[in-house]
Amino acid sequence: MKGQNIKYFTNGLIKENPVLRLVLGTCPTLAVTTAAINGIGMGVSATIVLVCSNIVISLLRNVIPDKVRIPAFITVIAGFVSVVQMLVKAFLPSIDVALGIYLPLIVVNCIILARAEMFASKNSVLPSILDGLGMGIGFTAVLTLMGAIREICGAGTLFGLTVTAEFIDPMIVFLLPPGGFFVFGVLVAASNAIAKKNGKEIVEHLGCENCPSRSMCKSVSADEEVTVDE
Amino acid sequence: MKDMLTVSSSPHLKHPDTTSGIMLDVIIALAPAAIYGCILFGIRALLLIFTCIISAVLAEYIWCKLLKKPISIGDLSAVVTGLLLAMNLSSAVPICIAAIGSAVAIIVVKQMFGGLGFNFANPAITARIVLLVSFPSYMAEFLEPVMYDAVTSATPLVREAGAYTFNELFFGMHGGCIGETSAFLLIVGGLYLILRRVINPIIPVCFIGTVALFSLIFGENVIQQVFGGGLILGAIFMATDYTTSPTTNKGKLIFGIGCGLLTFVIRRFASLPEGVSSSILLMNILVPYINKATLTKPFGVRK
Repeated sequence: MKGQNIKYFTNGLIKENPVLRLVLGTCPTLAVTTAAINGIGMGVSATIVLVCSNIVISLLRNVIPDKVRIPAFITVIAGFVSVVQMLVKAFLPSIDVALGIYLPLIVVNCIILARAEMFASKNSVLPSILDGLGMGIGFTAVLTLMGAIREICGAGTLFGLTVTAEFIDPMIVFLLPPGGFFVFGVLVAASNAIAKKNGKEIVEHLGCENCPSRSMCKSVSADEEVTVDE
Repeated sequence: MKDMLTVSSSPHLKHPDTTSGIMLDVIIALAPAAIYGCILFGIRALLLIFTCIISAVLAEYIWCKLLKKPISIGDLSAVVTGLLLAMNLSSAVPICIAAIGSAVAIIVVKQMFGGLGFNFANPAITARIVLLVSFPSYMAEFLEPVMYDAVTSATPLVREAGAYTFNELFFGMHGGCIGETSAFLLIVGGLYLILRRVINPIIPVCFIGTVALFSLIFGENVIQQVFGGGLILGAIFMATDYTTSPTTNKGKLIFGIGCGLLTFVIRRFASLPEGVSSSILLMNILVPYINKATLTKPFGVRK
């Protein structure tokens, strides 16, 4: 049981990394990673929301009626996002300015909804916390890495400290949307290459059939039943 | 009798055209304008051209070596990409930025998508736009030609109408990117390519014609619009890239007109002074759809 719990935690770090392997939450990934510190801010905010919403949804999993589960999940998530948003506004106003609209938009971050739907609504509290933590840390790590790459290449700084800006002209394109897509693509390619080297299948189709969480996913089996009925 | 039989698998008939032959033709066609650019802008232009070519070839070599692919520098396509990129740069661009541009063109635009024949956009054009977005201060700075003291300043597109005579514009006695100044030499190169059947004249004619027509309609100075910027260079040498232009004649027509229209719209209504490269890139992205829409119907097939 203990080994299983550790697995819940480590799943989100590399094997099922939400950004690079599940390709979830790409919108904040591309939008806020113009600097490493923004990546950390976004990642930590999302992690807090993810862990808290996982706890509550896991506790309420037997109470929430199946038909209205999505609105119920969103309500829980939105509550925690409001809390986090107010905290960030009060204590880290510079992060709040940098993240802008993407902080309240954590409500519709697919990672959080996906974990609520696929994991927390089917598991008890402790695994849900560990899953939320693992996914959140995986998300934060990728966002920070992307932010660091884009900041060094695009502005010549890292966490606001000058690194290369003095002797190389930074390429501004890395701070613009095309640079974000480029770095994201290169990171996904690199993670695929590493997975392939370790003998794991690479992400080729981003649909349900290749989803690492397929075995646990309720909607896939429901869909299959529907097609059988027809 | 037995000696006369050569047993081999198909294809048995080969077209004499090879990739390196076509690329050599393109280099020959570009050479006059490139040499003129060196005369006009001096040693810096020559240095830039060599930097771009060498770094493009080197980038291709390193990439193929790293990925253990067959080394493809012999087909000369990297030389053409480097040369075209250099001709699209102002002579004020620092050497290392030009080298970055070549690396972007070869590695990011060409090799990452599968190498020659698989790139979705023209490598030189895309690299130019990446540099334009990344280093706007260097890319917008134009040095005065060293040959003609009397003629000064930036690309004629941003000057008021009538600042240049037809001869100055047509033969290239003005500032601008290294390879775009002399419309005459570029057209000579283009005619050579058309006569050698390397390129099809539909795209350049439609492209330039559309720009000229809309300039006339909107009351712009037609000669300045056509011969002043990078239009001739782009229309003849960049828009006609095989991989990134439509395969059918109807598709080429649509592609050329689309490029021309976008160029005019960007020049007239956007804040950028020059729209040729952006419009070619945008139309490159549409090429798969144009190809699909203009598929030739096989004879006798009913809808």
